[in-house]
Amino acid sequence: MDVAIVGIGLHPFGRTPSMSGLQQGAAATRAALADAGVDWSDIECGYGGSQDGGNADAIVNEMGLSGLQFTHIFNGCATGGSSLHAAYTAVKSGEYRNALVLGFDKHAPGAFNASPADWGIDDWYGEIGLMLTTQYFGMKIQRYMHDHNISEKALVAVAEKAFHNGSINPTAWRRQALSSEDIMASTMISHPLRKYMFCSPAEGAVALILCSAAEAKRYTTQPIFLNATAVRTRHYGSFEVFSPSQPIKQADSPTVIASQAAYQQAGIGPADIDIAQLQDTESGAEIIHMAENGFCEHGEQEQWLRDGHTQIGGKFPVNTDGGCLANGEPVGASGLRQVHEICVQLRQQGGARQVPGNPKTGYTHVYGAPGISGVTILSR
Amino acid sequence: MSDKPIHANLFTWPADNPSLLGGLCGHCGEVSFPAQSSCRHCSGTGSSVIELGDRGTLWTWTVQNFLPKPPYVTDQTTATFEPYGVGYVEMPAGVRIESRLLTSDPEKLHIGMPMRLVIERFSRNDQGGHNLSFAFDCLEVS
Ligand SMILES: [Zn+2]
Repeated sequence: MDVAIVGIGLHPFGRTPSMSGLQQGAAATRAALADAGVDWSDIECGYGGSQDGGNADAIVNEMGLSGLQFTHIFNGCATGGSSLHAAYTAVKSGEYRNALVLGFDKHAPGAFNASPADWGIDDWYGEIGLMLTTQYFGMKIQRYMHDHNISEKALVAVAEKAFHNGSINPTAWRRQALSSEDIMASTMISHPLRKYMFCSPAEGAVALILCSAAEAKRYTTQPIFLNATAVRTRHYGSFEVFSPSQPIKQADSPTVIASQAAYQQAGIGPADIDIAQLQDTESGAEIIHMAENGFCEHGEQEQWLRDGHTQIGGKFPVNTDGGCLANGEPVGASGLRQVHEICVQLRQQGGARQVPGNPKTGYTHVYGAPGISGVTILSR
Repeated sequence: MSDKPIHANLFTWPADNPSLLGGLCGHCGEVSFPAQSSCRHCSGTGSSVIELGDRGTLWTWTVQNFLPKPPYVTDQTTATFEPYGVGYVEMPAGVRIESRLLTSDPEKLHIGMPMRLVIERFSRNDQGGHNLSFAFDCLEVS
């Protein structure tokens, strides 16, 4: 049974001091229900998660204690992707007629403060000053730039595009366009990555309503079909965060594995995709992920960025809503924001940021700690 | 001696010519750092501790430009913080080790350059001495 997304809702990303994470989740849920034209009491099951915003199943306290089956999911940076996958399989199996997918979060300002014990590492690793994700991202892209001849200009181009797209997205957090000079003048955080090349923890919420494709027209005239969802974890030899050592022989990243699984499920390849949302925790990540998801060759990104291929008017627009760089990264909601944006674009509802040319297929990709990736392929 | 390694079994100490210590899996031959009893490659148990030596080449690097939050152990403050390098050093024994680097000058760090192990007094301990960590320095080639 094919599965469709028939309702989408988003609470603006950034900072909403007056609302808890859960309340932002409820706002997104109400928006998704209204979009699908369905009542809360009609929803048969729900899957959702949050890292710092509380238990997702407490959403019933905000929405109404309807007795629905709700499963709280937490799976690191792939929390949204894992919730979507669970809802997808629940509907696909025929067990439920519809499902809610919910992701929300509310993080304290500043970088995440990781504890070695939570990651199966001895305390000394943090004590000598190695327990920082920013170092990992700097070292990963440093090596990648060396291996594939990518310049600092490419890092700047990704950030410039993100903040431009954010400036024309009414629900983005960072809505100020930045010039390449602004980006180059920002503080060096972890060579070669500067302040404006990194995203920050934030707040926000996204909800989606899924149903079987056969029933989609009962809810909406513009269903978006879920052709694939895949979540994969790291193999031995993949270069991941918080690794005191790594083997010499490298393995494909979880992104490559999840991507291949999704293409196989959907029965299409990267050349068939019109637009994409790729994990951009920092500028370098978007560059690496363009190639790891199959959209260009390793090293081709320099030319692609110079020619503007990933801009909204380019031949392959990436992160049209400003991505993590302009929206921040509320962990529970971030992956679902990507899916939301693809739905907006495929429905031609992008307003000032609408991709021209009537895109038909979209792709979303999350990647994060501790070496996990989630990919979806969508079409109208 | 009031200088103490931050953790036992990371490197030979005290020693005139210290060496990093790793684990060698008895089943598949993979080398790990730090040594661990079960193997991340083959899930076998029964590894032996081996010396990984004190020389390697720089595989990648970055510079830590701001004072990390705890659990970082330091007597520096935001005002006195001195940036430190961080990198992965590829050891001939067959593993890449993540390490502090004594050099934090980006002009002096290059992928592929030879590195040597040093034992760094990276912060003061509460016994009037220092906490010791393994670290790597650029190897002067004469
Ligand atoms: Zn083994």
